[in-house]
Amino acid sequence: MADKAILYDATRCTACRGCQAACKQWNGNDEVIPTVANSVGTINRGSYENPPDLSPQTWLKMRFTEVESDGKVGWLFTRQACMHCTDAACVRVCPNGTLYHNALGFVAYNKDTCTGCGYCVDACPFSVPRSTRNILTGVAKMDKCTACTTQGLNRIEATDAEIDATSLSWAGERVPACVKTCPPKALMYGERADLVAVGKQRVQALQAKGKAQANLYGETELGGLHVIYVLDDSPAVYGLPVSPQVPPAAIAWKDVIQPLGWFVGGLTILGLGMNWLVARANAKKEAVK
Amino acid sequence: MTNHWGDIANSDVVMALGGNPAENHPAAFNFITQAKDRGAKLISVDPRFTRTSAKADLYAPIRSGTDVAFVGGMIKYVLDDIEANPANYNLIYITEYTNAAYLVNPGFKVAAELEGLFSGYAGALNETDGAKKKYDKATWAYQLDDKGVPKKDKTLKDPNCVFQVLKKQYARYTPEKITAICGTPVAAFLEVCQTFASTGRTGKAGVILYAMGTTQHTNGSENIRAYSILQLLLGNMGVSGGGIDAMRGESNVQGSTDFGLLFDSIPGYLGMFTDADVSRQKYLDRVTPKNSDPTSANWLSNYPKYITSLLKAWYGDAANKDNDFGFHNLPKLETGKNYSWISLFEAMQTGNIKGLLAWGQNPAVGGPNSNGERQALAKLDWLVASDLWMTETMEFWKAPGVDSSKVNTEVFVLPARGSFEKEGSVTNSSRWMQWRYKAADGPGEAEDDLWMINKLMLKLKELYASEGGPNAGAIVNMNWNYGDPPDVRQVAKEINGYDTTTGKQIDGFANLKDDGTTACGEWVYCGSYVEPDKEPDAPVPGNRASRRDLTPDQFNIGLYPKWAWSWPVNRRIIYNRAAVDLNGEPWDKEHPVIKWNPTKGETGGWDGDIVDGNYPPLAIDPVKSRYPFIMTAEGVARLFAQGMADGPMPEFYEPWESPVPNQMSGQQSNPICKVWRPAEHGEADKFPIVGTTYRVCEHWQAGQMTRNMPWLVEMQPEPFVEMSEELAQEKGIDNGDSVIVASARGQVTMKAVVTKRFKPFKMNGRTVHEVGVLWHWGYTGLSTGDSGNILTPHIGDANTMIPEYKAFLVNISKKV
Repeated sequence: MADKAILYDATRCTACRGCQAACKQWNGNDEVIPTVANSVGTINRGSYENPPDLSPQTWLKMRFTEVESDGKVGWLFTRQACMHCTDAACVRVCPNGTLYHNALGFVAYNKDTCTGCGYCVDACPFSVPRSTRNILTGVAKMDKCTACTTQGLNRIEATDAEIDATSLSWAGERVPACVKTCPPKALMYGERADLVAVGKQRVQALQAKGKAQANLYGETELGGLHVIYVLDDSPAVYGLPVSPQVPPAAIAWKDVIQPLGWFVGGLTILGLGMNWLVARANAKKEAVK
Repeated sequence: MTNHWGDIANSDVVMALGGNPAENHPAAFNFITQAKDRGAKLISVDPRFTRTSAKADLYAPIRSGTDVAFVGGMIKYVLDDIEANPANYNLIYITEYTNAAYLVNPGFKVAAELEGLFSGYAGALNETDGAKKKYDKATWAYQLDDKGVPKKDKTLKDPNCVFQVLKKQYARYTPEKITAICGTPVAAFLEVCQTFASTGRTGKAGVILYAMGTTQHTNGSENIRAYSILQLLLGNMGVSGGGIDAMRGESNVQGSTDFGLLFDSIPGYLGMFTDADVSRQKYLDRVTPKNSDPTSANWLSNYPKYITSLLKAWYGDAANKDNDFGFHNLPKLETGKNYSWISLFEAMQTGNIKGLLAWGQNPAVGGPNSNGERQALAKLDWLVASDLWMTETMEFWKAPGVDSSKVNTEVFVLPARGSFEKEGSVTNSSRWMQWRYKAADGPGEAEDDLWMINKLMLKLKELYASEGGPNAGAIVNMNWNYGDPPDVRQVAKEINGYDTTTGKQIDGFANLKDDGTTACGEWVYCGSYVEPDKEPDAPVPGNRASRRDLTPDQFNIGLYPKWAWSWPVNRRIIYNRAAVDLNGEPWDKEHPVIKWNPTKGETGGWDGDIVDGNYPPLAIDPVKSRYPFIMTAEGVARLFAQGMADGPMPEFYEPWESPVPNQMSGQQSNPICKVWRPAEHGEADKFPIVGTTYRVCEHWQAGQMTRNMPWLVEMQPEPFVEMSEELAQEKGIDNGDSVIVASARGQVTMKAVVTKRFKPFKMNGRTVHEVGVLWHWGYTGLSTGDSGNILTPHIGDANTMIPEYKAFLVNISKKV
């Protein structure tokens, strides 16, 4: 199956944050918004941006950045959520295969096998996955955006029967909740190749309007992201890494240490087996004597 | 809206002025994006840089309350440019479709000639005697010929023609003056003028999108008048992609206005009855517009048909020729008395009003001077409040600082159903009446509004019938037969109207009569719910509001004429006969709204949208034709409007509370406004900062629906005050600090959002700061905090009495 993707056009986004609310609502993260006495657990910190960061309960959040140059003020809006990299550091470092690429190309995970080791949290170049340890049970689980492919909440691969069976019908449109809700149509969902083409057209149109810095972010980064951004300025201005890389340690882990680990482990087993054989031979010799 | 939401996509320049669609009408922003995709420019004029400004090609800051100056300056720019570059403007539109050529009484003097007042003012400059704050409008009139037809000079040269009077009035509105008043840099102002004036070219269209930032001023109505003049000079009314579009802030606020929820009108924008209207005829003599020009349709000469049909709908068989169709039953206003929001709350304060039904509204948060309005609630004997949630109004006795043991008001709460828990229609900003169905049962004992009003009315009828009472006939004779529980389709059918002899639904207000043979609950909605065989394919046969057919219109300009139903008569763009030239050819070939088709029928006819006045074009058949603006008595659009209370063309006055003297004239604030509480006038020495109120995308109105939603509260958890970095530094305030904002009415505590998006205004050599406060908060619900309306004054617009929420004076300090 050809890869799918989400196209986010920052120049169309009005930061209404319908996506942020829809993400929580669809994925059931509304039930765990921390509440304090008579209120929720956020405060106004002198910004429209809230909650302050991604968390296991916040998989998508809008970032607001004020800029000023030549006396002209600008207000930039950026989506912050999993970029679903092809060369995904989180998948590389995951010790037990909890994180994987699904058939659509998105980075999914099996929460049952997650041990909460937190390697993915440290390795992600976009600083997306989050894990918190339950202070009572000691159990830790990582959470992040799955492009609405989480088992039981799968908007993309759900069968007609499954859609009919849910009380929350979404008119059968198989797109992530954030895309479905976006009023100015800043978000699109579809074949990755098609969206790259749309994105390139948009960038060309912006450049023709005088936005020389306009660019398509995610076409080639990290082997190609599955969330692609249309930006009218450098990624750095929007707070995105200009040239995101899988950390060397993650490469070392997956490509060197982990294979080496398997090799060393294999050698150990082999050694133990040899040991057993030698020991048995020795034992037989002893018996003959 | 004169046009409709989807039509914004056809604009060449979209100007958001007094509105912030990205934040307060987020779903509609898609149409602006579509226009931009076509190459349209978006202009955002706002005191601070908003989420709309972030998407705009052009942003111009403006000090709150100075819109008349700003738009007056644009009018002057266009008037000058029309003379310098006439080829860039549609002069036929201006001379033939507006009253630019009409001659005005030579005794009429514009404000430019009389220190800021128009001729006929009873008082002196800055008059304080309320009795003298009014105009004698004798000179605000056209010169008439011996047949009573207004005289015209189509060369626009006569010094008394409206065009020349307009030039005289706006000569003072120079870019330098605009900067001195509005604080808008000259370059930014001129760029806005240039860009928007580019739509004056024949075939181009610009739209003005506005909301409460325009209306909630003591000059609110004149702000809209200024837009009208600008749009008429640019030939932007009636055309696709043009118009003046009021973006409604609630799903059905258009519907409630259509149905006369304001004190001064009854359903269908007909005039309210006063005690001077001793008979139906006396009333009609007062309200029916008169005209002697044979080429003017003067559509409202049909007033007798609409009012008689309305009386038949209200009083049924109890309304007949012999009893003046029950006109005597109607309750009437006392002449000269005002029954607007502010007046009502003042009357509660003084104990004149003993009971209040607060239906789907929350004055304890949303009302101006809301501390005062909370006190007024405590003076009531009883309060019935209906809402989806417990509101601050229901629980005003729990407000901070209130000793509930001293409150004697008995409060009844009626839990209501949400819009998806009941069937009915909603009319959106586009004037589309859209039918919708019940999707879920309401929780607990919640009932829908119709159920409540039905029960109430049936009980009242029973009580008045058995016990009598003052004017009992008004209630007892009321035609009220929707069943119990009531059938909302029955109500919709009555709104449309029916033949009182056959009982058949009437198709269109042209078929209404003034002899009692027709009944109609709202004449502009006539044609919405017809006989089933007239609209058999609608999901509810006959109910055109229920239609969901996306077949495009003839010229494919996005009208979708079979989607729902648009008042009047399913017309999607009103005044559309101004979209064509004198031969019926569209000005804009790319987006034709209508087009004269000589081969249609026997004598020709119109293609496209439902034509506004089905007459042939003026040049094709000058005898049968009529001027295009059929809703004015003279048939053309008004650059000069006699109906206004405070001047036939807008003149700039400072808001009631202002930090500076009026730079335009010696008249400081609107000369007509009634001042309710002079002691609560804030002076600039104590309150030097301009304050304004607004909303954010994440919360809605007084907050009952959104402050109880955890997702939304998480995103905007607390009320805040936005201020510039310069002001914050001056006051020693850091981003995120708790700040006290105080006005002459009260004070609030809010979080400081210190931002580059607010800048101090540099005006006439002085610096004026402005701050903005949110008003979504109160003391109930998941998230609590102060409402910005604790700060706002009890003063209203001279024409409509809408409170001046958008410009007042405050001071701020860091909370220690």
